[in-house]
Amino acid sequence: MTITVKKTEITPEMKKKLGQLAAFIKSQTPLHDNQSLLMSVLHYIQILFGFLPREAMELVSEQLHIPTAHIHGMATFYNYFTLKPRAPYQIFMCKGTACYVAGGARVLDKLKEVLKTDIGENSPDGLFSLNITRCLGCCGLSPVMQINEDIHVRIVPEKIPEIIEHYKQKHKKKNIESTQTEIGGFEHPAQ
Amino acid sequence: MHKMLNIKIDGKPVKVPENHTILQAADEAGIHIPRLCYHPKLPAIGACRVCIVEVEGMKQYPPACCTKVNEGMNIRTNTPNIRMARRDIVELILDNHPRNCQICEKNNNCELQSLANTLGVREFRYEGERKKYNADSSFSLTRDPEKCILCGKCVRVCAQIQGVNALTYAYRGFKSTVMPAFNLPIQDSVCINCGQCTLFCPTAALMEKDSTEEVWKNLHDPEKTVIVQIAPAVRVAIGEAFGLPPGTDKTGATVTALRMLGFDVIFDTQFSADLTIMEEGHELIERIKQNGKLPMFTSCCPGWVKFCEHFHPDFLDNISTCKSPQQMMGALIKTYYAKKSTIPKEKIYSVSIMPCTAKKFEATRPEMNSSGFRDVDAVLTTRELIKMIRQAGIQFEKLADSEFDDPLGESTGAATIFGVTGGVMEAALRTAYEVLTCNELPGIDFKPVRGMEGIREATVEINDMKINVAVLYSLSNVNKILSEIRAGKRNYHFIEIMACPGGCLGGGGQPYPQGATDPLDKQFYQQRAQGLYHIDQNKKYRKSHVNPQISKIYQDFLTQPLGSVSHELLHTHYHVRTPRGITHISEETVSL
Repeated sequence: MTITVKKTEITPEMKKKLGQLAAFIKSQTPLHDNQSLLMSVLHYIQILFGFLPREAMELVSEQLHIPTAHIHGMATFYNYFTLKPRAPYQIFMCKGTACYVAGGARVLDKLKEVLKTDIGENSPDGLFSLNITRCLGCCGLSPVMQINEDIHVRIVPEKIPEIIEHYKQKHKKKNIESTQTEIGGFEHPAQ
Repeated sequence: MHKMLNIKIDGKPVKVPENHTILQAADEAGIHIPRLCYHPKLPAIGACRVCIVEVEGMKQYPPACCTKVNEGMNIRTNTPNIRMARRDIVELILDNHPRNCQICEKNNNCELQSLANTLGVREFRYEGERKKYNADSSFSLTRDPEKCILCGKCVRVCAQIQGVNALTYAYRGFKSTVMPAFNLPIQDSVCINCGQCTLFCPTAALMEKDSTEEVWKNLHDPEKTVIVQIAPAVRVAIGEAFGLPPGTDKTGATVTALRMLGFDVIFDTQFSADLTIMEEGHELIERIKQNGKLPMFTSCCPGWVKFCEHFHPDFLDNISTCKSPQQMMGALIKTYYAKKSTIPKEKIYSVSIMPCTAKKFEATRPEMNSSGFRDVDAVLTTRELIKMIRQAGIQFEKLADSEFDDPLGESTGAATIFGVTGGVMEAALRTAYEVLTCNELPGIDFKPVRGMEGIREATVEINDMKINVAVLYSLSNVNKILSEIRAGKRNYHFIEIMACPGGCLGGGGQPYPQGATDPLDKQFYQQRAQGLYHIDQNKKYRKSHVNPQISKIYQDFLTQPLGSVSHELLHTHYHVRTPRGITHISEETVSL
């Protein structure tokens, strides 16, 4: 569904990244014309922030003299860009023919129930985002689900709570190990 | 000169210049190819695919609006296959469109409806998923994406003509929607409420915010005295809805209709237009004499004022501090007239009839409450007044003329031409000349400031002083000129700016053009303009400062132009608005 892009809280970290973005735009503007630069700037923002915050798009608008409406239009056109922070655990449930026949739809319903979320949305705790994919290329093992880099095969709805709990524990452990949280599962671009 | 090509349209050989599209060639040959997203003044984008044609030797059906003609092209616009394909396309558009024409505001004015009818769509053969969105509205406009067919005319007029870029497409495929930046409510966007999009929208996706119910309620309230004012541009356009040609003067009939609707007192916005000239003219003289900020911009157009607040805050001090005629009248009704007539101001309900959707917003500005109450309670567009006249069963074409009420109903020809681009300038010059020289004006018409071009300039000599003036309409022109003023390339004393093409007569609240006429058609606007110039010519007084009621109100109440009472009631201030607008001059910007 279409979402309204709200303002983000300006943390010191966010401020620093906005400064980085401004420097990036400044370094690029002599090389390209503004309209063609927009795409690579949006890419840079997606990697830097893990999503496209409104403040970043507004900054781009001012620096490149492109109306915010156009930037928002482009940001929503491409699936690569996201307007909300990506959850650290990206779930891709296959809804291809083989997985569907093997009971994938029931697994999907269970996922929605356990995560208390809908397709394309983040779970209320912000840890998981639920997505649909069409084929992961291992139909012999259907139904198949991918969570970040891990492939889970021959899933039955009953296994779902256990799998989700596993990632919750994993996240907790990781948090204790390093206080620095990784935003959106992406690495920061090299400085 | 362009090379002429020989082509055939429906078997008829025609000669067309090589830069023509098939659609332009067909239009010239007298063949109307059905269309939805095409407008002659906007870049063609081929969004709706309704204008497809058959071209010999081509496998697909190309859209006529963006296919250039070639030598020897053999075009067929009316074969069984094309008719069927075109109807299929419209049926598919209709499938994703609410099926509630009977209760739709745009019923009988809808391009989609009439196209479906013309093409002979008689059943719904496709049943699919329908998009679901909530409607959104500002003080001036309503936006209902469910009714949108994504023709993109609003997007193009907002960007290319007005340079505002409040709307664009977002998302894609089935989820494509036209929306303001970040999907924010239109109220929180850079939208300046000019309403040009409502003139271009083929369906009811973009409409003016309706105030008729509220006005009816107050008309039927015995406690309330309902006072109304009418803008100049309304009187030469209202007749169009009742079968009269554009430019027909229906001032008297409109007054009669308003009385029949139950309005208690009927004043003329032209009176306060005369007053605007007195105040604004003196402000200009003052600024020139005392080295104030120049150029001075007119402030009558609320679309332009909001545009300046968003896009050009560095020029805010250049806008005249005078309120617009609507707001001056509003302030006077609830102060001067309330006192004179002994009607308590809280019992007065003040309505204005405007050719404009932005006036609805202007009336809600918090600073517009000089009387202690909101000065203008409701604003109706010309279209809404037409609706009320129809609802009341009034046969407008049969009405006899009647007169405005005293004392705020007397006006001069200088005020009438406020409704056309260049009119405020001409009215101001007529008064400034006589005030400064103390001589009578030799010829009253300032022809150089008249016309239908988007940028006009002239130099007027008054008392050996050369005053450079400019008249602008459409805000993409304004963007251009302002950046040149900043760069020191242009030097003016006084600039009239109207947001809408043609001035108020082409306002976003005016009747939809009837028949085959498009909005922005210069000839059509010229006809409305002629109507106003004609009224001006036949007026007893043609210069604002000779209006006897104006002299009287200064004697009785306001004391003098720019005096302390004026300052309190008739002047205002402006402030920077967010979101900050981005001036984006693209190659596609249309010059009018």
